[in-house]
Amino acid sequence: MNIMIVGVGGQGTLLASRILGGVAIKEGYDVKVSEVHGMSQRGGSVVTYVKYGDKVYSPIIDRGEADIVLAFEILEAYRAMPYLKKGGKMIANTQQMNPMPVITGAMEYPADIEKKLAEKINLQAVDALSLAEQAGTIKAVNVVLIGLLAKSMDVDKSVWIETIKETVPEKFIDLNLKAFELGYNL
Amino acid sequence: MKKLMLGNEAVARGAYEAGVSVVSSYPGTPSTEITENIVKYDDIYVEWAPNEKVAAEVAVGASIAGARSMSCMKHVGLNVMADPVFTASYTGVNGGLVLCVADDQGMHSSQNEQDSRHYAKASKILMLEPSDSAECRDFTKAAYELSEKYDTPVFIRLSTRVSHSQSLVEEHEKEDYILKDYDKNPAKYVMMPGNAIKRHVVVEDRIKALKEMSETTELNSVEENGSKIGVISAGIAYMYAKEALGDKVDYLKLGVIYPLPEKKIKDFAEKYDKVYVVEELDPVIEEHCKALGVDVIGKDVFTLQGEYTPTMIKKAVLGEDAAPFEEIGEQIPVRPPVMCAGCPHRGTFYVLKKLGLVVSGDIGCYTLGATPPLQSVDTTICMGASVSAAHGMAKARGAEFNKKLVSVIGDSTFMHSGITGLVDIVYNKGNNTVIILDNSITGMTGHQDNPTTGYTIRKEPTTQVNLITLCKSIGVESVVVADPFDVKNFEKVVKEETEREAPSVIIAQRPCALLPPMRKKYSGHCEITDKCRKCKMCMKLGCPAISLVGDTVKIDTTQCNGCGLCTNVCPFEAIEQK
Repeated sequence: MNIMIVGVGGQGTLLASRILGGVAIKEGYDVKVSEVHGMSQRGGSVVTYVKYGDKVYSPIIDRGEADIVLAFEILEAYRAMPYLKKGGKMIANTQQMNPMPVITGAMEYPADIEKKLAEKINLQAVDALSLAEQAGTIKAVNVVLIGLLAKSMDVDKSVWIETIKETVPEKFIDLNLKAFELGYNL
Repeated sequence: MKKLMLGNEAVARGAYEAGVSVVSSYPGTPSTEITENIVKYDDIYVEWAPNEKVAAEVAVGASIAGARSMSCMKHVGLNVMADPVFTASYTGVNGGLVLCVADDQGMHSSQNEQDSRHYAKASKILMLEPSDSAECRDFTKAAYELSEKYDTPVFIRLSTRVSHSQSLVEEHEKEDYILKDYDKNPAKYVMMPGNAIKRHVVVEDRIKALKEMSETTELNSVEENGSKIGVISAGIAYMYAKEALGDKVDYLKLGVIYPLPEKKIKDFAEKYDKVYVVEELDPVIEEHCKALGVDVIGKDVFTLQGEYTPTMIKKAVLGEDAAPFEEIGEQIPVRPPVMCAGCPHRGTFYVLKKLGLVVSGDIGCYTLGATPPLQSVDTTICMGASVSAAHGMAKARGAEFNKKLVSVIGDSTFMHSGITGLVDIVYNKGNNTVIILDNSITGMTGHQDNPTTGYTIRKEPTTQVNLITLCKSIGVESVVVADPFDVKNFEKVVKEETEREAPSVIIAQRPCALLPPMRKKYSGHCEITDKCRKCKMCMKLGCPAISLVGDTVKIDTTQCNGCGLCTNVCPFEAIEQK
């Protein structure tokens, strides 16, 4: 299983990939998670890969190979579209964050991304930002999206909850579980 | 039970299990988390040194004193530590000494893409290269055994995808390691010509012995699948090859990168119709094979640049096409890294751009001051070069040019190698202005303490290097502290100091916006009121939270942290902090 998580540096994609990796271990798989640190984290496009199965060699996912793309921002979803396997599924947050070329006016933010994606691939678009606000903080977007991902995967819900409890700091467990439920029950 | 670990975390685990007791490093992506994970083990002494040379010397000293020691760095850090390392090759070790160097294929967070394997050959030091986290742990332990058995420092070569990928690792108990006795032995440890000439003979004998080891060690392994194609590979490239080619080829996986085996390679290669060498960056293994007269295919079909992928290898070796995928079919905006909302450097670069100065830059988050719209940085070479290169520029072009020239360097980078450049300026009658961007932390690599923060790696309070008294004691008479968010005053200070006919230092002081106290301080957000005249001055800041929607400026409250810098540049007081 190849899952690609894409977003903008600072959105918490790393935590999402760690939760997912933790779930895959609990299910008894061989797992590899490839992360992004350093300069590329600073508000740029960030991509993490989570791969699991009987045996995983390469930690990276190439174009046409992702079973699921979990996108934290809609332009990043569009950028990641070529990575989706034929017949794969994309779960995308509809939030729009302007990249610097758009801010400086050098380029325009592409129009109708959701529509373009839906025409070509199996897309589930969600306003995860509003759900995170409902949970209590916009920072919980990542766990809302993990909830959505959990719903479309064949893993018992309790395993996800247990992994979230182990992964996030103790004082944020309740908030994150609320965010997870909001995503899961959508 | 197996645990999911970063390659870096697994190296730290291996060091712990091997009984390492002294670790000294300087942070550098992708190597930083090795040393950060050492902090988990209470019985290891661990520190951030001011630079990699110091770090390596600490590790060398600890080894001579009988401890198993370690120093970790990124590839360009190895350039900085090269001096002690080349001679440590001559002295050899007492307690095991391991130097971990992480290359950055694809330059995710680096200024070049050098291949550190060349250093092993140049310094005649054994080098091992793991392919995943389990091997990171295993090879680290093996490295200490080999270090002591062959009396040599050992390099462990990592790469971004090994260091920053998590895979499963089995934890083992820590070995009891007793400090080796310390005996005075100048013939081994005092490297003056008379002794070093004799030690060079020892080094060459050691390489012969290591070559024999490389022929027989399990670190170099053959995997036969009955194919007519052989693949020689190492490190992360082996994992890509294995995924791409599976059991369609046979493999010689090399864990020892220097010295490479000879007979083993010849014996392997002669069995196949075709032999490929799959290695990222330079043709190190390929050239070794060709020098042995072994006919291999390498850089004729594989690139010298960037990271490989399984798809690329599948295409080159089997001629199979990539998986089908949907093309985007239009050009979409890239999303390069940017300074965070609330970044203290934004105020500095706003002023430098406004004054049209030539900016000699350095390595850190503030390298992003070279990108639009601030675009004020002119040069970035290596750690510390902002200061010394500006001195060279001023000497080349004279006093008038120098009045339009500043250096910018972070607090940690100044400690690393900016001080010596400043001494050069003072000593050689330079009049440069150096701006130390003091954000109270080492930012880019993820908030490591440094000599100016007042805390050790274990967060114990310690003596804080005072930048003002340091610069004054070197002989810089004018040292001014200014807040880069107070843009009016900051501009005035920069104008005054660049006009000054003497060396000067401006300490641009404001903590990183991601530090916990600043996160608390910047709790709200900014709002544009109806006083806005659409002059777009605030757009010049390149803040990720401020965008133009049609002809109206909007602040995205999900990204804004209310730092208030934009309120200081708005000429109409049309932005309010909420």
